[in-house]
Amino acid sequence: MQNPQTVLPPITERSGILRWLRHNLFNTWSDAILTVIAASLIYWLTKNLLTWAVTTAEWDVVVANLRLFMIGQFPLEQAGRLWVALAFLVFLTGNSLAIWDRKSYIAAFLILGLPVFLIFLPFAPQTRIWLGVMAAAGILGWGLGYTAPQSVKRSVAIGWLIALPVFILLTRGFTPAVADVPNTPITIVPTNLWGGLLLTFLLTVVANIFSFPLGLLLALGRRSELPIIRWFSVGYIELVRGVPLITILFMAQLMLPLFLPNGQDIDRVLRAMVGMTLFSAAYLAENVRGGLQAIPKGQFEAAHALGLSSAKTMYFIILPQALRLIIPILVGQFISMFKDTALVAIVGLFDLLGIARTVLSQPEFIGLHREVYAFVSLFYWGLSYVMSYISQRLETSLGLGTR
Amino acid sequence: MQHTPATKRATPFWRDERFLQLLGQALFLIAVFGFAWIIINNMRTGLQKQGMTLGFSFISGIAGFDIAELPIVYSRSSTYLQAYTVGLLNTLIVSGIGIFFSTILGVILGVARLSKNFLINRLAALYLELMRNMSLLVFLIFWYQGLFLKLPKIKEAIIWFDSVYWTNRGIGIPWGIPTASYPTFQLFLLSGIFLALIVFFSLQAYAKRTGRAPLTSLWSALAFTVVAIVGWLVLPLKPLELSIPFANGLNLSGGKIFSPEFMALTSGLVLYTAAFIGEVVRSGILAVSNGQVEAARALGLNRFQTLRLVVFPQALRVIVPPLTSQYLNLTKNSSLAVAIGYPDMFYVSNTIINQSGRAVEMIAVVMLTYLTFSLITSLFMNWYNAKIKLVER
Repeated sequence: MQNPQTVLPPITERSGILRWLRHNLFNTWSDAILTVIAASLIYWLTKNLLTWAVTTAEWDVVVANLRLFMIGQFPLEQAGRLWVALAFLVFLTGNSLAIWDRKSYIAAFLILGLPVFLIFLPFAPQTRIWLGVMAAAGILGWGLGYTAPQSVKRSVAIGWLIALPVFILLTRGFTPAVADVPNTPITIVPTNLWGGLLLTFLLTVVANIFSFPLGLLLALGRRSELPIIRWFSVGYIELVRGVPLITILFMAQLMLPLFLPNGQDIDRVLRAMVGMTLFSAAYLAENVRGGLQAIPKGQFEAAHALGLSSAKTMYFIILPQALRLIIPILVGQFISMFKDTALVAIVGLFDLLGIARTVLSQPEFIGLHREVYAFVSLFYWGLSYVMSYISQRLETSLGLGTR
Repeated sequence: MQHTPATKRATPFWRDERFLQLLGQALFLIAVFGFAWIIINNMRTGLQKQGMTLGFSFISGIAGFDIAELPIVYSRSSTYLQAYTVGLLNTLIVSGIGIFFSTILGVILGVARLSKNFLINRLAALYLELMRNMSLLVFLIFWYQGLFLKLPKIKEAIIWFDSVYWTNRGIGIPWGIPTASYPTFQLFLLSGIFLALIVFFSLQAYAKRTGRAPLTSLWSALAFTVVAIVGWLVLPLKPLELSIPFANGLNLSGGKIFSPEFMALTSGLVLYTAAFIGEVVRSGILAVSNGQVEAARALGLNRFQTLRLVVFPQALRVIVPPLTSQYLNLTKNSSLAVAIGYPDMFYVSNTIINQSGRAVEMIAVVMLTYLTFSLITSLFMNWYNAKIKLVER
């Protein structure tokens, strides 16, 4: 008696690249047609994009105006203190990476290796020195955090707390400029000279940080049993979420000076910050409300049974859990706010997008819209993508949804 | 032993919770109203110094400025109110068209993202990643100034099939011009709608009675189309005359000309929002468990029937709430037209503010209008959501 022979599939179907191609790309007739269309589309797109980027595009406009894109019209001789502030931030980042994400060598390598990589690009020698300082700060920070995590944890946390005030202080300066004395150290730089990525970064961070307490209060107010407070919270949240950001920014620009006594003028950057904070607070309130709704009622009841007051329950029991649940959503909100800061260009501030328009109005660079806006889009896209990547890693490292 | 009853002491009022709640709310009201009073007072005195009082009587003043896109009759001597109405209609047009096309493109993208074809899957994924991380304003300005304004001049226009013109003064497509018999044709169309509705409801009743599931929407659309075609053929004078765009000196004439601002805004909004809708659709389809599909196939439904009768209704439940917020986002994002130069509601109100100086009133009006849009859209989508919700015992 013979064993029945198993029928092997034809040789092309057993393994290898032909099988993969047939299975994934040419499975059925309609599939094959779709593959052909998609492949020709990809070919056409990449060919046109690459030929444009490499041959017809004039990237001079980007290279010549790099300083404008990064820090706007901030005086170049005072830019050293911006580098110092940035080095401080990189140092803190190195520390934090080593303390809280020890296992991830790749992320540390990429983030801390970026200044090192930039040194090799053809920048001015001054810039390269500063890049070296930043690279050293980052590596030092990482080394410090790696070797002695427990002892520096506290200092790093304090460092992050004071990072924003220190940054703003260094950017603004505190020595009044003395006439006829150039290069007075750390002179006050008026905010209308702030611009570019510096302004975008400042607006995003300030709006997110200051909207946090307000958003939290609004979310708690929305859940309150006191009707007046609930109506106000709901009214504010629905009003701000129902209007476009640009109207709030215009309201801040046009009406905020009117609200102050004697028509005092407040700083335009400050007006934009107020507008964005108010906007962000409403969305944050909804996110926090989502987090609060996810806490089972038993937590509230147990806290009540233990005799904790409402405030103590919130502070000790509920908020720690709720905020931890919504951290990925908060990061998404941060990214969203970062993209929305581009709107301040419409109200006349010179953030990254506003500076792009200024660059285009220079006589030697007229008409180079594609290059400039491609560069700016790439910047926004790149930073946004990096932040969402970090958010995904944060989600996995927090272990949400797995326990 | 004497049993002394425990005396019940009332909580003093300054510790009584009800009183404290009332006091808290009263204090809050006083604080909020006091703050508002200070602010409004400052505003009044500031405006008085500039010689203005708050009020809406200015809207009947003469506008004195031109608007580029006019869905209704408007001229320089129209009132501010009419100018605002023009802007409002422009916003509604862009939002409506934007919502329609972004939903279609979003569904295609969502389904493509789940395709088994490697190339289609990855192309859709690339597109979604690209657009979701892009800043809308930057993209719109790039799209407008980098693409639509860089189209060739009229003399060297890109022409497709001798009828579609792509120039930097606008995009022209063939369009129908109504002739004398158009009103009669409109009657045909109206009766077509009636017939379609009759077909729709009778098919629904048939489905309820017999348990079969005919394609009601397609049949009613077919009924409408049949009546329209019959009307077209029956009328001696064709109701629509084809008008093809042509170069007329420095401008395009004939057909329907879409300005570059309108095309940039609408296509930019559609491309951007479609990415988000694609993600929503994808998560909706993924939310339907695979067992449903397997059971449907086991019962003998083919792929299309499974999709239509089993997957789609369940996916809709997950899709509709985030879809609502995407529609609202699109409507609100249309206000970015101010950066491109398309005269939507916000752009027009800006011009009105510049002309009349009435910043406070106009901003309040604009915010109220957007709020009304949001409310109406939310109401409609909530009604639709309630209709398709899971009916639980």
